[in-house]
Amino acid sequence: MSSDGCLLEVRALHHWFGGLHVIDDVGFSCPAGAIKGIIGPNGAGKTTLFNLVAGSFAPRSGSIRFDGRELAGLPPHRVAARGISRTFQATRLFPRMSVLENVMVGMHPRSRHGFLAGLAGPLATGREEARVRDASRGVLELLGLGPLAGRNALDLPFGRQRVVEIARALASLPRLLLLDEPACGLNPRETEEMAELIRGIRDRGTTVLVVEHDMSLVMGICDEVLVLGSGRRIAEGTPREVQADPEVISIYLGDDDA
Amino acid sequence: MTRYLPVLALAAAVVVVQLAVSAFKAEYLLTQLTMAAYYTLVTLGLCLLMGYAGQVSLGHAGFFAIGGYTASVLSTAGAAVIGFAPWLSLPAGVAAAATVAVVIGVPVLRLRGHYLAMATLAFGFIVSRVILGTALLGQADGISDVPAVKLFAGLVVSGRRPLRVQNYYLAWAAVALGLLLAVNLLGSRVGRALRAIHGNEEAAAAMGVDVGRCKLAVFVLSAIYAGLGGACLAHFNGGIGPGEAGVMKSVRYVALVAAGGMGSPGTAVAVSAVLTFLSLRGVFGLYDDAVFGALLVAIMLFAPEGVTHLLPARRRP
Repeated sequence: MSSDGCLLEVRALHHWFGGLHVIDDVGFSCPAGAIKGIIGPNGAGKTTLFNLVAGSFAPRSGSIRFDGRELAGLPPHRVAARGISRTFQATRLFPRMSVLENVMVGMHPRSRHGFLAGLAGPLATGREEARVRDASRGVLELLGLGPLAGRNALDLPFGRQRVVEIARALASLPRLLLLDEPACGLNPRETEEMAELIRGIRDRGTTVLVVEHDMSLVMGICDEVLVLGSGRRIAEGTPREVQADPEVISIYLGDDDA
Repeated sequence: MTRYLPVLALAAAVVVVQLAVSAFKAEYLLTQLTMAAYYTLVTLGLCLLMGYAGQVSLGHAGFFAIGGYTASVLSTAGAAVIGFAPWLSLPAGVAAAATVAVVIGVPVLRLRGHYLAMATLAFGFIVSRVILGTALLGQADGISDVPAVKLFAGLVVSGRRPLRVQNYYLAWAAVALGLLLAVNLLGSRVGRALRAIHGNEEAAAAMGVDVGRCKLAVFVLSAIYAGLGGACLAHFNGGIGPGEAGVMKSVRYVALVAAGGMGSPGTAVAVSAVLTFLSLRGVFGLYDDAVFGALLVAIMLFAPEGVTHLLPARRRP
């Protein structure tokens, strides 16, 4: 971790698709052990910024330092190996696999056996498989999903699927968890449960970066918030600070671009 | 462990069929049953690639032919090369198929869906045309007089009549071993990663799965199965012809995997064994290729999850 206690430091990040400059000189930092929110109107570049951190594509320029090491340009599986895990806006659980198996895939970075050991079978892989299975069950129990372990993941109701996706992301014991609109599509009660869940994850020591549309969720759980507008950094600070920021108020209440 | 049931069922079926065939004095059937085993190796490898990694290959006859032709050339015109240990023709055939799989797999596996299918189809065409155009490979005549090959403990890959029972067991032991390895792999961390890739590549990558490497590894493994089948069959038949590399052969393997239900290597082996045997016995006559083409169309239309899903609902293995 860098000396100032920041787990993630983004500097002078630029990205464009064709002629559209979607991330324009954005910088921010995410303190270790905090919940950091990224908010902004539609098209502000939130999801692009999120995908740049997750390695879905490489930024055109700028730096993304995680724990003092550069991430920009690494493919997603290498980003995951560094200790960053993510969920997706539209949940992407693995079909034809049980809830437990989905979470076991999440353990991929914490297990080692490769192709040859896999061919050799349980004599070579049995102990690690047992460890992966037990740890995955533990994650499910922790999130209250224990009784659903054997169910086909895609048969669950939408709200439960979202929690399974978070369980899958937590299975690798990430140091940074990226949540892409975790409250999207949830009803108010489920959103409140999601807020509790995210706080619990933070309290257990995982830093959380959350892109979110739902203002009540963001303002309720985030320690710090980054506000984006048209690909630029508009404001950054505590929820109270950014809510009082005149520029933030203008883009949300729609001075000119509502 | 229930996941090994298909392997045990296969072993039992192999023994029962041999006893029945011998009891009815119908040992001539063992020849086609042995050939069916070597073709089934291709189906089994392709099942791993298609059913688990979700990658379609319409070029697997190419890998079968590469294995078969490599073994054949090294045992005939090129016999001086491995004269000190003629059995090397088998690992050489496998290695040739694996090497070509790496070389074409790296660029081709970047493609998805229809594009991957078309690229592998083109690969199959290339192998077929190279064989037809190369004098060393016998062009349209193929290679004949491929000798039997001695393995260990008195085992010989040979189509000679006195060795029929031995070769039947040898071939099906190879399939059973291949099935055992496949079941092991699918139950492992790598198998989970393959199923995850099939389900959603982006999510698999986000969970730390090196998608490109996993796809390449299973592509090469499936080529190894095909190459071994080709090399063994060339020795068993005493030769190989360009028809083995034909595109319709590749379509046939895809149809067999699809009929087996993509995600079940045990069923793929069963379906492949029965249909390939019937085909080799000439049951489908002049309509042989048409039967497999029609099978593929029918499966896609009526039972995209495989024939076992037409049975009354039950828990999937």
